[in-house]
Amino acid sequence: MTAGGITAEPPVTAAPSPSGDSGRLGRYLVGAFFLAPALFMLGVWMVYPAVYTIIRSFFSPTGFIGHWVGIDNYKTIFTTSTFTTAIKNNAIWVAVVPAMVTAVGLVFAVLTERVRWAVAFKTAVFLPMAISAFATGVTWRIMYQQDPNLGAINALGKTISGVFSPAGPLQSALPSTPALQTQGGGMILKTPLHPGGVALLGLTGIPPTAVPKSSAQAVTPAAKPGDIVGTVWRDFKPGGGKPGVVEKGELGLGGVTLQLKNSAGKVVQSTKSSSDGSFDFTKVPAGTYNAAIGSQTFAKPFGGYAWLGPNLIIPSLLIAYIWIWAGFAMVVIGAGLAAMPRDVLEAARTDGATEWQTFRRVTVPLLAPVLSVVFITMVINVLKVFDIVYALAPESEYAKANVIALAMYFTAFQGTGDFGVGSAIAVFLFILVIPVLALNIRRFKRDV
Amino acid sequence: MTRTRFVVVAAAAAATALLVTGLAGAKTSAVKGTITFDGIWTSSSGQVQFQDVINAFEKANPGIKVNYKPVGNNLPTVLATAVAGGHPPDMADIAQPGTIAQFAKEGKLKPITYAKADMAKNFAPAWISLGTFSGKLYALPFKAANKSVVWYNVPAFKTAGVTPPKTFAQLLKDAQTIKASGTPAYSIGGSDGWTLTDMFENIYLRTFGAAKYDALSAHKIKWTDPSVTTALKTMAKIVGDTSNIAGGTSGALQYGFNDSVTNAFSSPPKAAMVFEADFVGGVITSSTKAKPKTGFNTFTWPSITPGPDASAVEIAGDLFVTFRDNPAIEAFVKYLTSPQAAEIWAKQGGFGTGNHNVPASIYPDPITKATEAPILTAKSVVFDMSDNQPPAFGATTGQGEWGLFQNFLKNPKDVSGIQKQLEAAAAAAYKK
Repeated sequence: MTAGGITAEPPVTAAPSPSGDSGRLGRYLVGAFFLAPALFMLGVWMVYPAVYTIIRSFFSPTGFIGHWVGIDNYKTIFTTSTFTTAIKNNAIWVAVVPAMVTAVGLVFAVLTERVRWAVAFKTAVFLPMAISAFATGVTWRIMYQQDPNLGAINALGKTISGVFSPAGPLQSALPSTPALQTQGGGMILKTPLHPGGVALLGLTGIPPTAVPKSSAQAVTPAAKPGDIVGTVWRDFKPGGGKPGVVEKGELGLGGVTLQLKNSAGKVVQSTKSSSDGSFDFTKVPAGTYNAAIGSQTFAKPFGGYAWLGPNLIIPSLLIAYIWIWAGFAMVVIGAGLAAMPRDVLEAARTDGATEWQTFRRVTVPLLAPVLSVVFITMVINVLKVFDIVYALAPESEYAKANVIALAMYFTAFQGTGDFGVGSAIAVFLFILVIPVLALNIRRFKRDV
Repeated sequence: MTRTRFVVVAAAAAATALLVTGLAGAKTSAVKGTITFDGIWTSSSGQVQFQDVINAFEKANPGIKVNYKPVGNNLPTVLATAVAGGHPPDMADIAQPGTIAQFAKEGKLKPITYAKADMAKNFAPAWISLGTFSGKLYALPFKAANKSVVWYNVPAFKTAGVTPPKTFAQLLKDAQTIKASGTPAYSIGGSDGWTLTDMFENIYLRTFGAAKYDALSAHKIKWTDPSVTTALKTMAKIVGDTSNIAGGTSGALQYGFNDSVTNAFSSPPKAAMVFEADFVGGVITSSTKAKPKTGFNTFTWPSITPGPDASAVEIAGDLFVTFRDNPAIEAFVKYLTSPQAAEIWAKQGGFGTGNHNVPASIYPDPITKATEAPILTAKSVVFDMSDNQPPAFGATTGQGEWGLFQNFLKNPKDVSGIQKQLEAAAAAAYKK
């Protein structure tokens, strides 16, 4: 297109035509001839769709044109929660991403000037730019998975938390009767016990694979005077069985740490169950007691953060997007840094400025034009953001993570097929981009 | 840019079609011509089988050529743009009756009244009414999927010592037993909103019957109706049982349909059952090691209210519509109503039909037989409700019904709040 434009200019060296008008006409014809393909393409693929979209935005949802609805479609955008959420989210994107990308890019650019492996580092940071945003979205979606066995980020969390709070052997267990209640991560049998009593702690929700291999048929131990005895067992047999009753086919849970608590809730004795699940608190003084299982037995493994859940989805998206564009900012700002006059920096240092002062008062102001280019480019990019949200957010969070371009796509092309509102959103987005574009064009002109 | 390209491509394709069929129409004596057909099936999902159906027709009618175009999942978009541009294909496969109703209202479709007699021979009246819009027969339900099916992990049920439940009360009781055995009972693919609307629809159908179901589909009953309250409260007994769902609520919201299937049929299982249509079987065989009967099996959606509609079947499926009318198209449509056409695909699997002249013995394996036979015998058949509604409400990712049921999964306690939002969204969509 540009080529056509340049060729259309009259050659500077051309001699003035002797026969005035016809020569000029010839030149125009040649110009038109060269311009035509570019104009045709611009017309078909830019002007016509743009004009059609603007007109379409004032008509009803379906059909090639539909019927006139005035500004109803625009009203819909500002009154439907789907679209207001999208607009709000775009505002968050514009507020956070350009500033963060510029800042991170600046830090990287300044630091890479100083490190030994600058090229390797720069390549690594710039690499995400070589990947399509869609692929990035898919990759990050996998890394963000909540299940630590799938998502890399939560896997890291699991590894770290596994060191400090290891998962208990019966992590999924649930009490089988209402008498057994969960308390502070552990379980306590609310039925009061006295010396000579029997405590039955039935647990369900334990998959057969989690039952220790050495386990034997559970038994109800006989009461012993002066002792509190009991059993802890998997209170489940196919079909369910009777809750709270030790039945044939139900296995004891060995190696479970049991606590005897006095009426003040203090642990007075601790013991471990044997392979048939039985345990024995010996020589218990008279009084009222409760049998309990400590919280360590039920400690759940790190379940992962819901990066893709409703609360974290927007930050997760922003992080992935900044990861892509930080490299771009670094390279542009790095080029600006390389072109910066060194003598000014030298002079500042000679005058006794600290490194921080040099950076704040000299480097940043001199880089201002480059920084604003990065910033404005990012504002435009972010207003149009689409692919990363589409690829990264799970469908259940689209409503929460919606952005204008995504709302436009779903409204016009997915299911709904509402070309009227879809066009109105496109026009609205276009209007949002115009001031930033104008700013950019003015900058270009000034640079030329 | 994308939109423009769609228009141009679709317009070019449709223009060619118009030219070809126009020429064909000139010769009225012998039935000759070319039919363009836009379908959803691609080479990995049924194009081969449908081509077999076409081949048999072309063999019997040497003068007619059917050009099948595998558009894929973009079909609704491509079709909407082609229709908006005025150049649709001769025939198309549409899975949403809501879209057909819209096209019929705009006068874009041609009625297939000529095939009514043939259809009546092969299909029960319920099926003909599925294809009837504003009093005229427009669509042929060629392929149907039984959505009133529950798939279960056989070893997980065995470990828990439960057998497939017949009633909803039994289902809830079994689910508690399954939880006690150490495996969550339910696997929910809530990231795909349609899995949730399907569950609601089965509950509503089984509680209030087909007539009321159709009334809600058509928005003759409001979403704030007490019947919806009852159905949502019933649904909350499943989706509100957080500790009994694979991955809990937050997991269910992130798992898509495919994940929900692999979760339930991987080893060891992360859950014991999946509420979804007959196409679950394909996912099980392609992405897990579970084998039919010993690893996975199905049961019919348990009944809730006893009565004639306790075993009503909800289906989804492919409805064939025509945008033009000529003898070649008429011949093809009549052929598609025949049991012979359906049998070609049915014996290859992955296909259900309401054509009662197709013997159930044609299905290649016992599981397909079990999932497809109820369609043939069902007294009442209803179409997937969310497909019946305007797509703005019933079939838009993250918006309308799909998005709101995801909100319901997030917070199953807020029944009346969800009802109000559903009604507001439905009212807006039906107004257009």
